Amino acid sequence: MTETIRARAMGRPLERLDGRDKVVGQAPYAYEQQVTDPLYLHPVQAVIARGRINAIDTADAESLPGVVTVLTHLNAPRLTGDGDGDDRELWVLQSDEVHFRGQFIGVVVAETSEIARHAADLVRVEYERWPHDVELSADRDDLYAPDKVNAGHDTDTDVGDVAAALADAPVVVDHTYRTPMEYNNPMEPHATVAVWDAGGLTMYDSTQGVHVVRQRLAPLFGLDPGHVRVVAPHVGGGFGSKGAPHAHNVLAGLAAQVTGGRPVKLAVTRQQMFSVVGHRTPTIQRIGLGAETDGRLTALVHEVVEHTSRIVEYAEQTAVVSRMMYAAPNRRTRHRLAALDVPVPFWMRAPGEAPGAFALEVAMDELAVACGLDPVELRIRNEPDVDPESGRPFSGRRMSECLREGARRFGWESRDPTPAARLRDGWLEGTGVAASVYPRIMQTGNRAWVRYGPDGRYEVGIGAVDIGTGTWTALTQIAADALEVPVEEVRLRIGDTDLPEAAVAGGSGGLSAWGSAVVGAARAFREKFGRHPSAGDEATGTAPESPAAEDFSMYSFGAQFAHVRVHADTGEIRVPRMLGVFTVGRVVNPRTARSQFVGAMTMGLSMALHEEAVLDPRFGHVVNHDLATYHIATHADVQDVDAIWLDEEDPRSNPMGIRGIGEIGIVGAAAAVANAVHHATGVRVRDLPITPDKLFH
Amino acid sequence: MRPLEYRRAEDPRRAVTAVAGRPGAMFLGAGTNLVDHLKLGVARPDLLVDVSHLPYDKIEPRPGGGLRIGAAVRNSDLAAHPLVRQHYPVLAQALLSGASPQLRNLATTAGNLLQRTRCPYFQDVTTPCNKREPGTGCSALEGYNREHAVLGASEHCVAVHPSDMAVALTVLDAEVRVLGSGGERTIPITELYRLPGDRPDRDTVLKHGDLITAVDLPGLPMAAHSAYRKVRERASYAFALVSVAAAVQVRDGAITDARVAFGGLAHKPWRAYRAEEALRGVRVSAAPGDTLAEATTAAPIAAGGAASTGENAGGTSTVEDLRAAADAELADARPLAHNAFKIPMARNTFVAVLRGLLREEGATR
Ligand SMILES: Cc1cc2nc3c(=O)[nH]c(=O)nc-3n(C[C@H](O)[C@H](O)[C@H](O)COP(=O)(O)OP(=O)(O)OC[C@H]3O[C@@H](n4cnc5c(N)ncnc54)[C@H](O)[C@@H]3O)c2cc1C
Ligand code: SF4
Repeated sequence: MTETIRARAMGRPLERLDGRDKVVGQAPYAYEQQVTDPLYLHPVQAVIARGRINAIDTADAESLPGVVTVLTHLNAPRLTGDGDGDDRELWVLQSDEVHFRGQFIGVVVAETSEIARHAADLVRVEYERWPHDVELSADRDDLYAPDKVNAGHDTDTDVGDVAAALADAPVVVDHTYRTPMEYNNPMEPHATVAVWDAGGLTMYDSTQGVHVVRQRLAPLFGLDPGHVRVVAPHVGGGFGSKGAPHAHNVLAGLAAQVTGGRPVKLAVTRQQMFSVVGHRTPTIQRIGLGAETDGRLTALVHEVVEHTSRIVEYAEQTAVVSRMMYAAPNRRTRHRLAALDVPVPFWMRAPGEAPGAFALEVAMDELAVACGLDPVELRIRNEPDVDPESGRPFSGRRMSECLREGARRFGWESRDPTPAARLRDGWLEGTGVAASVYPRIMQTGNRAWVRYGPDGRYEVGIGAVDIGTGTWTALTQIAADALEVPVEEVRLRIGDTDLPEAAVAGGSGGLSAWGSAVVGAARAFREKFGRHPSAGDEATGTAPESPAAEDFSMYSFGAQFAHVRVHADTGEIRVPRMLGVFTVGRVVNPRTARSQFVGAMTMGLSMALHEEAVLDPRFGHVVNHDLATYHIATHADVQDVDAIWLDEEDPRSNPMGIRGIGEIGIVGAAAAVANAVHHATGVRVRDLPITPDKLFH
Repeated sequence: MRPLEYRRAEDPRRAVTAVAGRPGAMFLGAGTNLVDHLKLGVARPDLLVDVSHLPYDKIEPRPGGGLRIGAAVRNSDLAAHPLVRQHYPVLAQALLSGASPQLRNLATTAGNLLQRTRCPYFQDVTTPCNKREPGTGCSALEGYNREHAVLGASEHCVAVHPSDMAVALTVLDAEVRVLGSGGERTIPITELYRLPGDRPDRDTVLKHGDLITAVDLPGLPMAAHSAYRKVRERASYAFALVSVAAAVQVRDGAITDARVAFGGLAHKPWRAYRAEEALRGVRVSAAPGDTLAEATTAAPIAAGGAASTGENAGGTSTVEDLRAAADAELADARPLAHNAFKIPMARNTFVAVLRGLLREEGATR
């Protein structure tokens, strides 16, 4: 167990330290960074899904007044390396090949963004079209098992004899569940400003990790990492899509090399985001549950088919949730991929757990119905004593408490399980429950420094980023407690590769990783300079060891409850209430934490009822590539969404006792809504999103 | 987006001349639809004549009854107008169900009428579309057509008209006043919009350079008893999957007049003449139950649930008549691969709206 720091500032609902600047418009996001005499970029995108560029005519574009140049694969600066592996996504303008529709095949550099956009329209391209294939199905004959799935998990697992257990089980639930292709749509679309001068490359970027951008781009541009600086003081959301640099970063880096030192600005449009910044793969999931008549699981099968792009393999870890969630002695999980001519999939909030828990938690609801058991009780009966996958004890698993506390607050006891039995004012009413889980992820390699300033304040530096989650505030609270001073005496510096190495804001592990390093630095500082330092004193530190991580299985848990109304005539679905109860270790800042939980649950509501990117197999593009047609929940859809958490600290996790909170709220949320829709209507919808047409029968 | 010339019109006739004489010219209202199309490359005008500041911003009672709505009246102002709310609730409700408050604060009456389809292929210049580029083919026909037409479509185009307001104006028998090169004329709104046929590029019968100056509503006492119901997946900020505008008149326990129009089903607001015919004479039995679902087994998603067992002797036969009227209208509906649900959804919505109106009517008697 690591020694924890005493909570003085931690646990207080501090207002966001950057809140005022954001409200008055003084917090500069990437695109708003003041640079001298910039040029503007507009990409040219491929309109075929696979093939080769035979000819590309930029003459009309280049003759437009205000156009500086048009870069294509014919004249763009060369990248360094062999363009293999994950770099294939970033291998921009290096060849004449087109791998997916919407791929960047050129970029206009111009004096204004309007001219650049106009000129991009004037570029003429002749293609040689090759047949393409973007259709996922479970009966394709080219499905394959990847070596590993995302986050380093095993592709398949087998424990016990699933086939025999299923055959013997008195109760069996075995169905296929589907989730569609989905898109992160952070409020701030991806944007980057690049400056290439004698000192190297400086990039103001909308990213979840400044160091990861540097680490990926420096070798591509043949630069020493010390000659690449990435700056990101404020970021308007990412949800995973900004967790690594994408093609637009490379495009800006290439363009910046040909402007004689003038900065270039590139704002990705909302429509372009549907091609170049990642998406959640569609999934086809078979869940097979075998159980005794009292609901105790004997077998759990979770087999997943999903897609990846042909150029870069991204294998979502959809079934991993079924490896540790319930005490089924016989378990089998599988991940199979189809490599298609689609844009490169990538992280989207709770990759793996979000789609995986939808399938598992709807299946559990079906099992509850099949056994005539209350779904809360069914889950409690299947609570494991130790992690079924690793055999280790959990550092804290209070899921039953979450379920019971949620049930109490939600008024669950009075629930009549009969489906389609409550009609009020023309609306069928129902309630549903689902469990939530998310692993505690500890990213390594973080450092921080502490400096004592002449003004009597402690400056704390680390290359972390605030993507809107509240890092500025929560990390300041951690630093204050680590130094045992009031928050007013701490000045945080983040969002710059000139600061010490920091992990990406991802896996709900940003604050854990950065906070641990800050604690390490504070301890080093106090050890060296004591409680009365002099101006200029400085110490650097890294995260303390966490030996317990070897011995314990660490996850956050939760229970989600949803109340839905379904219009009996039209099938319209509304969600008057959602409640989440979570156990996540310590909560550093209740105010910013609440917005993470409620925000993620809202995203789960949106996943349940609205979000679906429609791929047109003929063209290979997402048909509904804007926010008018790719529906996300509106304000009017989000009524009473509330989240609470159990009082807790997890000293085995890290010196702050935290496990991470950013993603768990989306896990299980869609299942709770789906289960409530079944309770309301008697119709079991197993493919998201649940739209009115699926309720007509 | 291409550079273009912008002119603010000071005089209607000169505006008409400017646009009529130049094939690449277009009128600009608030631009909430047209400016999007400029950015997407869907519209490529070389001149925009801004008509949103012409003196067409008034809503005035007409001498013989009815209202004249200026072409530049903003959607928000129209929806909030006391005379509209009192005498034409269907219109106020339709407007308020559309877009968002910000958009409605800007959008003009004429612009709303002439907004173009939201077919995603129409809005994407990289895919074929007969409406945008005649002769290139219809991508929706064999593509993603969940929101497309089930009535009156052709093999050349299966798009639907997106306006909510226009559906309400269609049941009200509004007339559109137009100033063209040849002078002023009036077009009944039921004749303004076209079915796609083999010319889907033409949404309306208007000619290039025709300026809409006003919309006239007739004095129509039964319109005080009217309603608009829009069905959509999310609670706000979405176009209709299906919508119904209706007005009824009841005398001596029977429907004597009814007007109904569907939105979301066709290339134009769909006036349901056949259903209207079937409705005339329907007996309204004693105070029906609270909701359609309680009185009918038609509630599709409730099959086997409470709705099918809920009984209401008084309402049931009326509901059956209403359903028969809807079926009369929808008999010719032809679903595409992804939109068959629109037919039962339209029928249910039709019955629900009429039933609601009949109940109100019952309550006021
Ligand atoms: C996100 C979003 C959601 C929306 N949701 C809905 C919805 O749910 N329901 C709904 O009904 N609408 C919806 N709308 C559409 C909105 O109602 C229209 O954009 C608006 O009504 C258009 O009015 P405008 O004045 O901006 O027209 P403009 O965009 O200026 O013009 C539209 C067309 O009308 C022509 N025009 C304008 N004025 C005249 C005139 N006086 N004479 C002749 N031609 C003229 C223009 O040339 C152009 O072709 C939505 C729009 C958006 C962007
Ligand atoms: S339905 Fe009409 S608007 Fe849509 S693609 Fe076909 S022709 Fe174009």
